[in-house]
Amino acid sequence: MGKTLYRKVWDTHTVGILPDGRTQLFIATHFVHEVTSPQAFAMLRELNLPVLHPERTFATVDHIIPTDNQAEPFADPRAQTMLNALRSNCAAAGIRLFDLPTGQQGIVHSIGPELGITQPGMTIVCGDSHTATHGAVGSIAMGIGTTQVRDVLATQTLAMLPLKVRNVRVEGTLRPGVTAKDVALYIIGKLGADGGLGYAYEFGGSAIENMEMDGRLTLCNLAIEGAARCGYVNPDEKTFAYLKGRPYAPKGAEWEAAVERWKSFASDADAEYDDVVIFDADDIEPTVTWGISPDMSIGINGTIPSPDDTDNPETRKARLTALEYMKMQPGQKLKGMPINVVFIGSCTNGRISDFRAVAPLLKGRKVAKGVKALAVPGSQETANQCEAEGIADIFRAAGFEWRLAGCSMCLAMNPDKLQGDQICASTSNRNFKGRQGSPTGRTLLMSPLMAAAAAVTGTVADPREVFDIR
Amino acid sequence: MPLNKIISITGKAVPVPGADMDTDRIIPARFLKCVTFDELAGTMFYDERFNADGSSKGHPIDAPQHVGAAIILGGENFGCGSSREHAPQAIKRSGIKAVVAESFAEIFFGNSSGIGMPCVCATHEHLEKAITITTEQPDTEWTLDLAAMTLSCPAVTLPITMPAEPREALMQGRWDAVVELMNAPEAVAALAAKLPAPALS
Repeated sequence: MGKTLYRKVWDTHTVGILPDGRTQLFIATHFVHEVTSPQAFAMLRELNLPVLHPERTFATVDHIIPTDNQAEPFADPRAQTMLNALRSNCAAAGIRLFDLPTGQQGIVHSIGPELGITQPGMTIVCGDSHTATHGAVGSIAMGIGTTQVRDVLATQTLAMLPLKVRNVRVEGTLRPGVTAKDVALYIIGKLGADGGLGYAYEFGGSAIENMEMDGRLTLCNLAIEGAARCGYVNPDEKTFAYLKGRPYAPKGAEWEAAVERWKSFASDADAEYDDVVIFDADDIEPTVTWGISPDMSIGINGTIPSPDDTDNPETRKARLTALEYMKMQPGQKLKGMPINVVFIGSCTNGRISDFRAVAPLLKGRKVAKGVKALAVPGSQETANQCEAEGIADIFRAAGFEWRLAGCSMCLAMNPDKLQGDQICASTSNRNFKGRQGSPTGRTLLMSPLMAAAAAVTGTVADPREVFDIR
Repeated sequence: MPLNKIISITGKAVPVPGADMDTDRIIPARFLKCVTFDELAGTMFYDERFNADGSSKGHPIDAPQHVGAAIILGGENFGCGSSREHAPQAIKRSGIKAVVAESFAEIFFGNSSGIGMPCVCATHEHLEKAITITTEQPDTEWTLDLAAMTLSCPAVTLPITMPAEPREALMQGRWDAVVELMNAPEAVAALAAKLPAPALS
């Protein structure tokens, strides 16, 4: 029997087995940001330990960064304190920080792949659950806690147990207007928000093989919303074409050698999986969430399920809780429901291809009256590309607020927050209670295409109808 | 620094019911604006417990009969969502010593183990039983025993489960992994020399 990519990368990076039975796993690449790292650096100082491999850690500022006015000091002194701590910690340890003036700052999961730091066959970790994103290039990428950030800084290793591997295949051709985001929400809806507990998800099948890298990044980003700590796609020609020429990717003769090495990590044709699930691409519709967990989703033409329509008492309770919080009714359609805010951005859907997909749809159209629409590029590089290609101007002309790079209203640690029980049509990754900054705020997760349709109609809408996508 | 061996935990329990109790509900993002974990005591489940005006929503955690509880009784997929260690830190710093739930999100589980707060699983039926007992008699003193793998009170003894490795780590006082991870510097150096690091080229 052959091996999965997961097992190959795991074996390649195994240092040994610890006395308690866990594996000591070498970490090839480590990302840090300002929210989950200052405590780790403080722990290191307390233990009087240096950063062992500063050249393998890369830092950026994203969560707390204002996206309107980045003049320092920030209006929020706590945000400034966190950025200052990151700066001094990185300077003291010799860690590369993609700070605001570098032109390379952005959401950690946007800049890693964009700069070519994220490479196939690596173990990659960051104190952020959406680290799963980086698996799209064929790496094992996982979110970790702050104590583990300390472990990586001190030892470049982690104590881990291997996950099982589920092969999640999507076969066939996606219908027009159906994006990677819809695929991810569909899979999570089918397998459940806890369906991936104990698993890594290997995404495959013809629909995934035909998906461009930015889509694969979106898909792997959302693996964690289905409880899979990491998600990945086997590296292929699309992966290599994406990485080629990026600043941190190998060059010249080293490039050829790297590609050969990367290819060797792909799962063998006869690899053994702990589980296999297969979906038909044709079954996937533009998908939107109605509840407070990412698995509470429906197709755009569907209706909100009834709590009585399940045999599972926990599902029933969860639906009741969600309906109460969302102020919605069973049997109700989301289509046509007025929204207050539109957010296009985040590590899920703040990449160049997301803005390229939406811009032509917005051309000549206006954001509906009374709707606040935010467009937040994931990185400075994406922002610059959008300016150069005229995309930013199209968004502005349509009535979007075109912002600076950061996490923004995905988790609202900066000033971008919902007010009261506003409904947000959001391309982000979590619809948890209070997620977007108001304890009563309501989030509808959707693709950038559907968010654009919501922006111009002021309601939840089918992008295929609004923009005549066939 | 030798770590304490975590073998049994005794105290009152408090129910925190519901599936998919995410880390945003355990600690809202606005409490993450800190450079240490020192100020997190009292922030756990904040928006579940309090209205915007600071008045109580009547959550079990704030019921007088549950004050001082050491064990949380939760639901399925407890701690899902963000990797923020602030979540288990807030729970631990609020006086909780262990969480019993139907299942746990991976990252939350690892974060909790790494700071010496056991997360153990029990079946839906057994959790319902424990919640019923603790709701009817809040003063019930529970013992969570990692050696016997039971959650017990005078009235009942319930089986619990936990993967062998983190359980060993807790019971042997090896739960803070950094101590163990520093024992193989040559092997780490060998891999660091062999495995490429991303570099500007």
